[in-house]
Amino acid sequence: MDIQVLTYIIVGITFAIYIGIAVWAKAGTTDDFYVAGHHVPPLANGMATAADWMSAASFISMAGIISFMGRDGSMYLMGWTGGYVLLALLLAPYLRKFGQFTVPDFVGDRYYSNAARTVAVICALFISFTYVAGQMRGVGIVFSRFLEVDITTGVLIGMSIIFFYAVLGGMKGITYTQVAQYCVLIFAFMVPAIFISILMTGNPVPQLGFGSTLADGSEIYLLDKLNGLSSELGFGNYTDGRKSSIDMFCIVAALMAGTAGLPHVIVRFFTVPKVRDARISAGYALVLIAILYTTAPAVSSFARLNLINTVSGADYISTPDWFKNWEATDLIAWRDKNNDGKIQYMAGNAFEGKPDFADGRGASGERLLKNADGESANELYIDQDIIVLANPEIARLPNWVVALVVAGGLAAALSTAAGLLLVISTSIAHDLFKKMLLPNITDKQELMYARMAVAIAVLIAGYFGINPPGFVAQVVAFAFGLAASSFFPIILMGIFYKRMNKEGAISGMISGLVFTAAYIIYFKFINPGTDNAGHWWFGVSPEGAGTLGMILNFIVAYCVSKMTPPTPQTVQDMIEKIRIPRG
Amino acid sequence: MKDARGYWKENVSLVLKLLTFWFIVSYGMGILYVDYLDRFQFFGFPFGFWMAQQGSIYIFVALIFIYVFKMNKLDKKYDVEESDDHIPAEDLTKGGQ
Repeated sequence: MDIQVLTYIIVGITFAIYIGIAVWAKAGTTDDFYVAGHHVPPLANGMATAADWMSAASFISMAGIISFMGRDGSMYLMGWTGGYVLLALLLAPYLRKFGQFTVPDFVGDRYYSNAARTVAVICALFISFTYVAGQMRGVGIVFSRFLEVDITTGVLIGMSIIFFYAVLGGMKGITYTQVAQYCVLIFAFMVPAIFISILMTGNPVPQLGFGSTLADGSEIYLLDKLNGLSSELGFGNYTDGRKSSIDMFCIVAALMAGTAGLPHVIVRFFTVPKVRDARISAGYALVLIAILYTTAPAVSSFARLNLINTVSGADYISTPDWFKNWEATDLIAWRDKNNDGKIQYMAGNAFEGKPDFADGRGASGERLLKNADGESANELYIDQDIIVLANPEIARLPNWVVALVVAGGLAAALSTAAGLLLVISTSIAHDLFKKMLLPNITDKQELMYARMAVAIAVLIAGYFGINPPGFVAQVVAFAFGLAASSFFPIILMGIFYKRMNKEGAISGMISGLVFTAAYIIYFKFINPGTDNAGHWWFGVSPEGAGTLGMILNFIVAYCVSKMTPPTPQTVQDMIEKIRIPRG
Repeated sequence: MKDARGYWKENVSLVLKLLTFWFIVSYGMGILYVDYLDRFQFFGFPFGFWMAQQGSIYIFVALIFIYVFKMNKLDKKYDVEESDDHIPAEDLTKGGQ
C-alpha cells in the first residue's frame, strides 16, 4: 500500500483512541482536573510520566543529535535520565505527602509568602511555554513531510485533538491518553530500531547490536567501522569526545537538576494515591524511559553508518527518494562545488548558516542555494532532526514502519504538549486566581477558569506552532537552566533544610534566575560572536549555565537565611509531617 | 510513630549512599575518567563510551529500585507506613498557612 495512505490510516487510528479516552475520562471536580483525583495507579503514572517527559525532542531530535555529536551526545542521555534519580530520592515522595496541586503551591506554603509563589508561577509559565513551542514545531515538521498538508493545517489538527481531551478531561483525560501515547511511541521507536539492528549486525537487541560485529561477514565491530569512516571524512572518531570535561559536567548537572525541577514532571507525582506509590512510580517511569534512552544511541550509530555509506561519494541523480523528499522540505541541501555530480560529504560547513533556497535547479537537478560557500570542501547540509524520521527509509524498511514512526512522533509531541498546557492552566486558574486574586470562587467556578485557561493556552501554543520563534533550540537550554537554578534548589532545601526561610528562598531563587538568564541571553542573543570557550566563565557554555546559577542560588539562600529570622513553628511542623509517609 | 528523628537520619544516610553511586557512574566514569576508561575494550565498545551512553542509565534504574525496596523496609521498621485506605493529604498543610 502507498506510504501516505498507510500513514493516514495509522495516525487516524491513534487519534481515534485518544478521543475515545477523553470522552471516557471526563473530569468532574478541580481535584480530577488538576491531579486526576490522586487516584492514578503507580504503573499507569509511570507510563504517563514517561510519555509526558519524552517529547518531540527525545523522539525526533535526540538520536539525530547524538548521531552528529558522537560520544558527547551522552550528556543528553545521562542528564535526562539521571534527573529521575534526584526526583525519586529527593523530591517526589515528599511533594506527594505535601499533597497539593502544583509546584508554586509548595513554594508558596513552605516559604509562607505570596511573593515566593508569584516568582514560582512566573518561572512555571515561562518554562512551560518555551517547551510547548518546541513540541508544536515537531508536530509541524511531521505533518508537513508525511501527510503533505501545509504546516498550518497540521498544527490545527494537532491542536484540536489536544483541545478536546485537555479541556474536557484535564489531568484525568491527559493521564490516560498519555498511557496510550506511551505505548504508541515506544512501539514506534523500537520496531525500526530492532529491524535495523538485525539488518546491520544480526543482533535483534539494538543495545547489544551497536557493540557487535557487522553482519556483512567482515567480522569488524560496528563502532570500529564507524570510527574509521568518520576519521576518514575528517569528523574524528565517533567514540571520542570533543567537549571539555568541565563543560560536560556542568551541562549534565543542569539537565539533571532541570529535569527534577520541571513543573510538568513534578506534578505527575501528585496524582498517585500514596507516598509509597510516588517512589515506585518514579522507578517505573525511569525503566520505561530507559527503554528509549538506551536504544537511541544505538539508533544514532546505525543511522550515522548508514548515512555515510549511502550518501558519501554517491551520484546525486541516483540518490534514493528520501534524499530528494527531505530536500523538498528544506532539511537537506547539496551544492555541487566541484561540479562532478557526486556528493562530497566531510567535516565542516558546506555553506554559511541554514540553507536559503533560490528558484531553479542545478546541473544534476538539485535545488540551488543563495548561501555563501563555507570554508570546507563539504557539499552537504543535513538537519539533525530528520535522522529518526528518515532512518526507516534510509534502511529501506517496509512502508508501514515509516507510517508507525510518524504516529510515534506525533504521540510524543502531543503527550508532552498536553502535560505542559495543564501546568499552564493550573498555574493561572489555581495559583494565580484561586490562591491570590479571587480566593472566594467555588470549586465549580475554579474548574471553569481552568478549562478556559487551557483553551487559551492551546491557542497561544498553536500560534507558536504556526509561527515558530527562530530560537526554539536556544530557548530549550533556557527552560532547563531556569528550572535548575530556581525550582530545584528551593524545593530541595524546603524539604531537607528546615532553617531555610522565606527571605533566603526568595533571594536565592531570584539570584539564580537572574544570573542564569543573563548568562544565556548575553551569549545567545546579545553577543553571539563571543559564544566560545575563550569567553565563557570557567569554560562553562550557556547550556551549562543552570549549574552555575544553581550553585549561586544555594550560596545566596544559605547566607541570607543565616542573617534573617528563622522559619515559624507552624511551617517547621509542616516539614516534619512531609518527611514521614504516615499521617 | 516511634522515632521520627531516627527514621529521618537513616533515610538521609541511605539517600547519600545511593547518590554517591549515582555520582560515580555518571560524572565519574561517564565524564571525568571517560578517556581513561576508553582504553579498555568492553565487548565491541570502548568502556568509557559504554558507561556514558548505556551503563550509567542501567545503574540509575537499579538505584531507584534499591531505594524503593530499602525505604519500604525502613517505613515498616519505624512503623510509619501508610495504611491501605486513601488519606486525604490535602488536610495536611492547613496548619502551615
